[in-house]
Amino acid sequence: MNDPLLLVEGLGRKVEHRWLWRKVDLRLYPGDRMAAIGPSGSGKSLLLRTLAGLDPIQEGQITFQQQSLQKWFMPHYRARAIYLHQRPSLLEGTVESNLQDVYQLSVHRKRSYDRQKILNYLELLGRSDNFLERPSTTLSGGEAQIVAFLRAVQLSPLILLLDEPTASLDAETAHRLEKLVEMWQSEEPNRAYLWTSHDREQLKRVTDYQLTLGETLSGE
Amino acid sequence: MESNYISISYEQLVLAALLILINITLSWVLRLGLSQSLWLASLRMVVQLLLVGYVLQWLFTLRNPGAILAIALGMTAIAGTSAVNRSRRRFRNVYWNSFVSILASSFLVTSLAVLAIIRIEPWYDPQYLIPLLGMILGNAVTGISLALDRFMEDLVSQREKVEALLAVGATRWEAARGTVKEAIRAGMIPTINSMMVMGLVSLPGMMTGQILAGASPIDAVRYQIVIMFAIASGTALGTMGIVMLAFRALFSQKHCLRLERLRLVK
Repeated sequence: MNDPLLLVEGLGRKVEHRWLWRKVDLRLYPGDRMAAIGPSGSGKSLLLRTLAGLDPIQEGQITFQQQSLQKWFMPHYRARAIYLHQRPSLLEGTVESNLQDVYQLSVHRKRSYDRQKILNYLELLGRSDNFLERPSTTLSGGEAQIVAFLRAVQLSPLILLLDEPTASLDAETAHRLEKLVEMWQSEEPNRAYLWTSHDREQLKRVTDYQLTLGETLSGE
Repeated sequence: MESNYISISYEQLVLAALLILINITLSWVLRLGLSQSLWLASLRMVVQLLLVGYVLQWLFTLRNPGAILAIALGMTAIAGTSAVNRSRRRFRNVYWNSFVSILASSFLVTSLAVLAIIRIEPWYDPQYLIPLLGMILGNAVTGISLALDRFMEDLVSQREKVEALLAVGATRWEAARGTVKEAIRAGMIPTINSMMVMGLVSLPGMMTGQILAGASPIDAVRYQIVIMFAIASGTALGTMGIVMLAFRALFSQKHCLRLERLRLVK
């Protein structure tokens, strides 16, 4: 077996002196489709945020591609392991400018915006070309989620940390988004993701392993 | 200095104080409920100014650069503190950061004005140094407090936008740049506005004072121009300084936004 992409050992997170979870161990291997489950308030978002390096590590160790997160230059790491917020937030401007602007960041400057790729994704999501011209302020919560998702996926990350990505989508679009994730992963089979959701049926469809947060702490 | 102005006696001060009765009567007739504040504000204004008059009178007799510098530092410390006190949030060392920004900016600009532009002999002549520094500090306080407040509030309200950028690989600087720019702009607006309308809408207090005291308007205007440039550059430097220091305090080396380092006061 090859090495895990993401190796988490003894991770702990406390909020105001109370440990929300401790001793979380997980191994995300290439190609893994993992779910993080737990009741509301069990800190699933906080786990994903910590994995994305958006919150400091309070206890334990995270290793990405055999190198400790402490040693990674975070923008490089985050370009490979992208966290998608539960409530997406877009910049002012059109959908397309939101998708293009990320290429101005120094980590992505060597790549360039691929309109055709986005149009293919949009077709899969059942949206036409003129969706790209819509101002971001006129989008519904679900549409904003789609844009945030496309913004991340076009950067070809190795890992996606999906924080309830379909919470604000209708069933139809949610389904299509699942397909899109599948497509993203099939483009390169060593891609992996960690997905949180309250929808057990969905998690059955899109994930193979579960990490449970809450009273009983266990890995995988 | 040969003076050709009318000194104001205590009786004349009392006559001026009667003007406040207009406010108090109005407040009473319209039931604005301001009488008490008006009394207190008037009293404070009179007492503070009379005291300052005596302090300055004494200060201007000093010929000891150390003592004058100490007083300048004291003024700067008060300015640094009050710049922070206007905002609702604090982070560790915020007072210290504010003090450093205001000290560096106003001392740099004041020394340029004193040594290179007005060329005062000796440089510590308190008659020039203290009022100059005071005006630069006063304006820098406004700029710093507006910029600091704006920066902290924007980071809190735009947290998701900033973190969305971080999450796709932005460096902390790339993620914060928009917020930094807005904060510096907010800090500079009052200074730019006041320069825009200066002389047309507002006659600056310093210039008016000099003219009342008998200086020729041409001379007074020249002083005002020097001061305005000093104020503008001092405010710009102080504003940039505090925003950069707050940026360093609120974003970690690991490119995280650390809003838990902010706490609400009051």
